[in-house]
Amino acid sequence: MGTTASQLRKDLLSEYQELTFLTKQEIILAHKRFSELLSKEDRNIPTPRVPMEKVLSLPELKSNPFRKRICHVFSTSDMKDGSLTFEDFLDLLSAFSDSATLEIKSHYAFRIFDFDDDGTLDGGDLEKLVNCLTGETDGTRLTTEEMRQLISNILEESDIDKDGTVNLSEFQHVISRSPDFVSSFKIVL
Amino acid sequence: MAYSVDFNLSPIMELELESLRGDDTAQDSMCQLIRVTGTGLESGSPKTLEMDVLTTESRDRLASQMSDVRERADERRLQRSEESMQTNLLVRNRWSAATLRVLSSMPSRSVGQQSRLEIISQCNIRSTQLRRYHRQTKDVSLSSRPSIRGYGIEADSEDVCEEETKRQELVNNLQSLSAGDRVRMLRAMPLSLAEKTKLRKLAFSDKVGQSILSSQVPCCSLLKRTLYHILFGCLFILSSLQLWQVALKRLGGRFGTGVLSYFLFIRTLLLFNVFLFLINGLFLVLPQAIHPPLHTPSSHRVTGLELFTGTGYLSNSLMFYGYYTNSTINTSCRPAEATTGTGCGTTSDPHMMAYNIPLAYFFTIGITFFITGIVLVYSMSKSFGRSFRVFKSQGNLAIKIFCSWDFKVSKKMSVRLQSENITTQLKELLSEVKGGEEKGRLSGMAVHLLAWSISLGSTFFCALGIHCFAKDMHLRRLEDAEGEVSLVHEARLLALPGVVSCGNLLLPGLFNLMSWMENFNSPIVCLYVSIFRNLLLKVSILGVLCYHWLGKIAAEPEQHGLQCWESFVGQELYRFLLVDFIFTVLNTVFGEFIWKLFAQGVLRRRRKPVFDIARNVLELIYGQTLTWLGVLFTPLLPAVQILKLLLLFHMKKSSLLVNSLVAFLPQSSLLVNCQAPRKPWRASQMSTLFISLLCFPSFLGATVSVTYTIWTIKPSSGCGPFRNLPFMFHSGKQWAQELKSTNPKLAWLNWVHSCLVENPLFLFLMGGVFLMVIYIHTQIVDGQRKIISLLQEQMENEGKDKKFLITRLQAIHEERQYPLSPSSRPQPQGSEV
Repeated sequence: MGTTASQLRKDLLSEYQELTFLTKQEIILAHKRFSELLSKEDRNIPTPRVPMEKVLSLPELKSNPFRKRICHVFSTSDMKDGSLTFEDFLDLLSAFSDSATLEIKSHYAFRIFDFDDDGTLDGGDLEKLVNCLTGETDGTRLTTEEMRQLISNILEESDIDKDGTVNLSEFQHVISRSPDFVSSFKIVL
Repeated sequence: MAYSVDFNLSPIMELELESLRGDDTAQDSMCQLIRVTGTGLESGSPKTLEMDVLTTESRDRLASQMSDVRERADERRLQRSEESMQTNLLVRNRWSAATLRVLSSMPSRSVGQQSRLEIISQCNIRSTQLRRYHRQTKDVSLSSRPSIRGYGIEADSEDVCEEETKRQELVNNLQSLSAGDRVRMLRAMPLSLAEKTKLRKLAFSDKVGQSILSSQVPCCSLLKRTLYHILFGCLFILSSLQLWQVALKRLGGRFGTGVLSYFLFIRTLLLFNVFLFLINGLFLVLPQAIHPPLHTPSSHRVTGLELFTGTGYLSNSLMFYGYYTNSTINTSCRPAEATTGTGCGTTSDPHMMAYNIPLAYFFTIGITFFITGIVLVYSMSKSFGRSFRVFKSQGNLAIKIFCSWDFKVSKKMSVRLQSENITTQLKELLSEVKGGEEKGRLSGMAVHLLAWSISLGSTFFCALGIHCFAKDMHLRRLEDAEGEVSLVHEARLLALPGVVSCGNLLLPGLFNLMSWMENFNSPIVCLYVSIFRNLLLKVSILGVLCYHWLGKIAAEPEQHGLQCWESFVGQELYRFLLVDFIFTVLNTVFGEFIWKLFAQGVLRRRRKPVFDIARNVLELIYGQTLTWLGVLFTPLLPAVQILKLLLLFHMKKSSLLVNSLVAFLPQSSLLVNCQAPRKPWRASQMSTLFISLLCFPSFLGATVSVTYTIWTIKPSSGCGPFRNLPFMFHSGKQWAQELKSTNPKLAWLNWVHSCLVENPLFLFLMGGVFLMVIYIHTQIVDGQRKIISLLQEQMENEGKDKKFLITRLQAIHEERQYPLSPSSRPQPQGSEV
């Protein structure tokens, strides 16, 4: 390895191990992959930040329809540009890891699906979500009528307090009935 | 995932109170906000909030002034008429900016990075709970109460103080927890890593410089954790069997869940058969193969037909019952020293291991059936639990939308496939929901009666025909047996299986015709009727055959000229299985191909051939029933079934893919049943149905016949492990008695056996206890259902309260706003009229 500055300090490593759901190997691998994304001059900054485009070039995220939302949710940047520090990156991997709890996963899934960031999933969010799920090609999109029916059915099923939106509790309630959410909400480097 | 049953309801109640209290604080803050904005406008106090409100309000004012009186009149009218509708939705229609701000700052509504305060307060509650109850609160999900977010509100000094106090409270709570709990709590908080680092520094300030991981963790909890990890890993590997994963995903994506459930069912059956084969092979076939008994060498010509008929050299092989000895194998002696029929002579060598073949036979079959039964009942109840819903929600669209995206797929092609899959399923679900809303029109009763009478009549006549044909075949066989054994005579053995398979093939076609004639509107009803008719046919055929084998042949084997009736029955079952498979292959390859030509040429319809799921599944169940019936007589029959299932899977898959290749359209990529392509159906509860069909008629019938054989039929005296015994289960009885005489310490086992198995009182007691347990469980489920509906009502009322307050807020704002514009509408409080 050329640049030794990209090695992780031992105390930081153990701290990350305690605070996230990642194992030691996963953190080291994450660090390696993160360093590869950094440009040469960024490597010497104490807390470097990788722009969103670079993050989206990761093969695990490249074809994911939710990639932009994922970057926005985990980014702690003040400019809301979706750029990630290493700690944000670890947060991302921790939420998507094998051992993360259902609560964490559902919390972040909710935030990812909340396209307009207003704290609830209203009709617009649901429509964007369904469009992401069904793909970009015209052949697979739902018709307007089907979309309308789908959204009204979803709200009927999951909106318990009948306010027209799905908030976090209602979302977590729906998730708890599905046996394979935990296994599908995973990204492994 | 099953809804977790928690007998201790008080924590839930307590949490409800907590959440209500939380709601109160939110409502308090809302009232405060209203008061503040009200007074702010009047007194003009320079709060940042008020400035924002004023600027946005002036913007609102301009906008409303632009579209003047008409809009306001409209608004008033609409508001009155739509008030009921608007109170149903708190969406962003015509709310003012302040209302929107209050809406967005509602505790139930916002999650985000600035929501530290509420996440911390929630974690506070949870850590207090943890301290109080000393147990994990992972299952308890409170509504997350994130704090003010959006609209760029700067944190007030008040807010900062509040956050600090909450944080300090959380830190105190954390410090009072045990180390492991602390770490787990921190990990499970949905905060950013930077925040967690800060909290950790504060919470662990008493243990500065010491990493928690290296601190003393009690070894028993560490052991427990590692054991848990290992167990979980094993279970995970076992349960997510990677067999055919790729192929199944492709099939599911192209053809929908109905067809996929068929292939999943093949996989389930394969697993059952592998289990049967392994157990039988290990405990039965292997010991006998290592120490083969001496048989008189039979002079049979080796023709290829033996493979199909199971006669000839196969009849004296490991395949069939007759091969197995009725003695104990002693492992220390070599095969060359073995004398005829008996063991190697008794030696008093204590290191010798004796393996009692009849006992092994009896117990192996018994235990495999027992375990298969338990696994079937367990998987049936689990699958039933998954498809059963306590709520009144129809369908699982929401679950599909929220949970079905697999984030692990990274290749572009797989992502596209997944999208396709999801679209297909969504369309299926939507059409089912829509279809349920349509009213079905009533078909004529006469048509139904006619169809049912034709179906039942044809079943009856088919069964009768098979009965007569079987009798005839046996007479024929007797005549043949007196003469020379020739190829034609051997081939005649395949006649009965052939006839039965023909019946199995043609009659379902007739049933399909009937259902097309009846023209059901609901595809589900059509499917159930079709399944019932096919099931009746198969049950009657198998019933007739069992009667023949167990009732006639086994009772009087000499009359039918058989020395070893068990081997004969085993061979019959083997032949049935093979011929059934051959007919299926022929039907798949030629039948569907010919039908496609017919449909395209004569009927001039470019419709894809229909994959009749019900019929195919029942064929699978039929094959599996034959296997289970035959395990007692043919220990290697599961191996044949395994090969058959493997070939069937690949054959059906390729035939589906080939047939759909030409006319594949993305929207109509559903293969439907009952020839109604306009009305696709969803097979979500299909797997439950298949497993219950497998369990109840199929496995139960096989168990009953095997039990009947073991308990009441006299085994043949010339062959097999149970020769010279009055009944097959006497081997177990004899062993128990031997045990009593040789080893008095184990005499209690015999006593237990006589008490449990032979005493009916114990069975009644057990039955009574089971019934009581079931009753208690149903009462608990009832009670929980009531609680759930009460809580739902409560939540709806809370929602109504919320809507009421928001609309009041909006009304107040509008009243305050309009006096500032030149053309003001009359206010209830204003001086103008």
